[in-house]
Amino acid sequence: MAQYVVLIYENESDYASASPEVYGEVMDAHNRFTEEVVARGGKIAGGNALQGTDTATSIRGDVVTDGPFVETKEALGGFYLIEADDLDQAIKIAGMVPARFGGVEVRPVMVFPEA
Amino acid sequence: MTTADDVNRALADAHRHEWAKVLAATVRVAGDLDLAQECAQDAYLSALETWRRDGIPRNPGAWLTTAARRKALDSHRRAAALRARLPLLIEPTGNSHLQRYGDESPSPETQLTEMDEIPDDRLRLVFTCCHPALAREAQVALTLRLVCGLTTEQIAHAFLVSESTMAARVTRAKKKISGARIPYRVPEAHELPERLDPVLSAVHLVFTAGHTAPTGDTLVRPDLVDRAIELCRVLAELMPDEREVRGLLALMIITDARRATRVDDAGQLVLLEDQDRSCWDRETIEQGRLMVLEALRGGRPGRFVIQAAIASLHAEAPTFADTDWGQAVELYDLLLEAWPSPVVALNRIVAVGFRSGPEAGLAALDELEAEAGRTLSTYHYLPAARADFLRRLGREEAAAASYRRALALVENDVERAFLERRLAEVRQ
Repeated sequence: MAQYVVLIYENESDYASASPEVYGEVMDAHNRFTEEVVARGGKIAGGNALQGTDTATSIRGDVVTDGPFVETKEALGGFYLIEADDLDQAIKIAGMVPARFGGVEVRPVMVFPEA
Repeated sequence: MTTADDVNRALADAHRHEWAKVLAATVRVAGDLDLAQECAQDAYLSALETWRRDGIPRNPGAWLTTAARRKALDSHRRAAALRARLPLLIEPTGNSHLQRYGDESPSPETQLTEMDEIPDDRLRLVFTCCHPALAREAQVALTLRLVCGLTTEQIAHAFLVSESTMAARVTRAKKKISGARIPYRVPEAHELPERLDPVLSAVHLVFTAGHTAPTGDTLVRPDLVDRAIELCRVLAELMPDEREVRGLLALMIITDARRATRVDDAGQLVLLEDQDRSCWDRETIEQGRLMVLEALRGGRPGRFVIQAAIASLHAEAPTFADTDWGQAVELYDLLLEAWPSPVVALNRIVAVGFRSGPEAGLAALDELEAEAGRTLSTYHYLPAARADFLRRLGREEAAAASYRRALALVENDVERAFLERRLAEVRQ
């Protein structure tokens, strides 16, 4: 088993203009996703939704600035830490992650050799 | 007495025909593409010496595979302590319906003792090289490097990039395979449609890169064409039930059966219209035709089968004028459904122009340009098709303008020379 992080990139303005019903649907979709992964024998090791990029602060060296590190239309809005046998399984699980206003990126977690 | 020449010949032959098998079977023991590649290369090196001394073995492929796998195993034994830090290739235990084409042997040790039962892992190797998580250009590079055994230099030359760029591309792809754990396996039946397509696309790309070299001073690079056809033959052998594989093979051999007539003695491009059909390889065209007929059976055909049917239709026509353009347009309609793309739409319009005349072709072209002009803005065949319709309508001035637009976009010298000749014609 290996760990992968599924990064969720979505258009924040779509969320800003979304109705409470849409919010409800998104929350339900995430809950269903969690259940589905477990039902299929996969494992979610962690994950969180992030507050919007308007709450972000970037620091480079000594300089502190308001805003995300990179301004993009689709911003990082949350992540899951999952466990999978290989990339194929990770892609399968990541493909189930709800992201109606964007998409997801899968990155393997770095494994450091034991000392 | 085995001469050095005999050995060199046998080795060259074994490299051409057995490399993929040797490497693919070694990957499973090595668990790592780089190590497997190194061991396979070592095996070929030691063959040079051993075969000169002891003679050429009865089954060179088996000899090389066994030698390469031994080297991989030895290397693991030596590095047993370090092994934990090697990112090993993932080999899942799940059953794939295609594994019947391969061989699930239990452990490397037992595999090594069973000399005659060398697993044919070439499909695993191909599907790993063409994994959809790799960029298309990386898939093609890896396939040529690992499956076809071409050197980085050869691949770089074929795709007109520097050797260091190509080396970086291959290294990066290999790193992703181990780092992201792309599994060394053949996809399961339900995954096959989407997993087979990148494989066939990569093979087709190798073929088209050879058939009409994207740039440069010759139209055809036969080495790439031959490699693509050879590889597709292996795929057809290993996946006999996959109609698209047969379709691609038929498409390539029918297209290539016209190789000798596509350029004249001076290296100038000769259009399908003007090619000497008596020089086409009729036997190969017939083989392809039968393959197409077989592949058309059993449900909706895929894009390669339809393209092969179109190629076969052209190859069968006794003269250009006798081409069944009505059927060609119908096949292009089918192709557009299976594979909607502006390039296919353009080819369909060319067929429409021959079926219903250049005026109809021009009208269809206007429609296409309105819809997809932007996507096709760098595609020289679009202004070239327009120029040809205008030329046939006798509208010389407009035709000349379109030929000039095509000339501004074309990159292959032989095609450029053809467009220049046509431009000179309409300006007379």
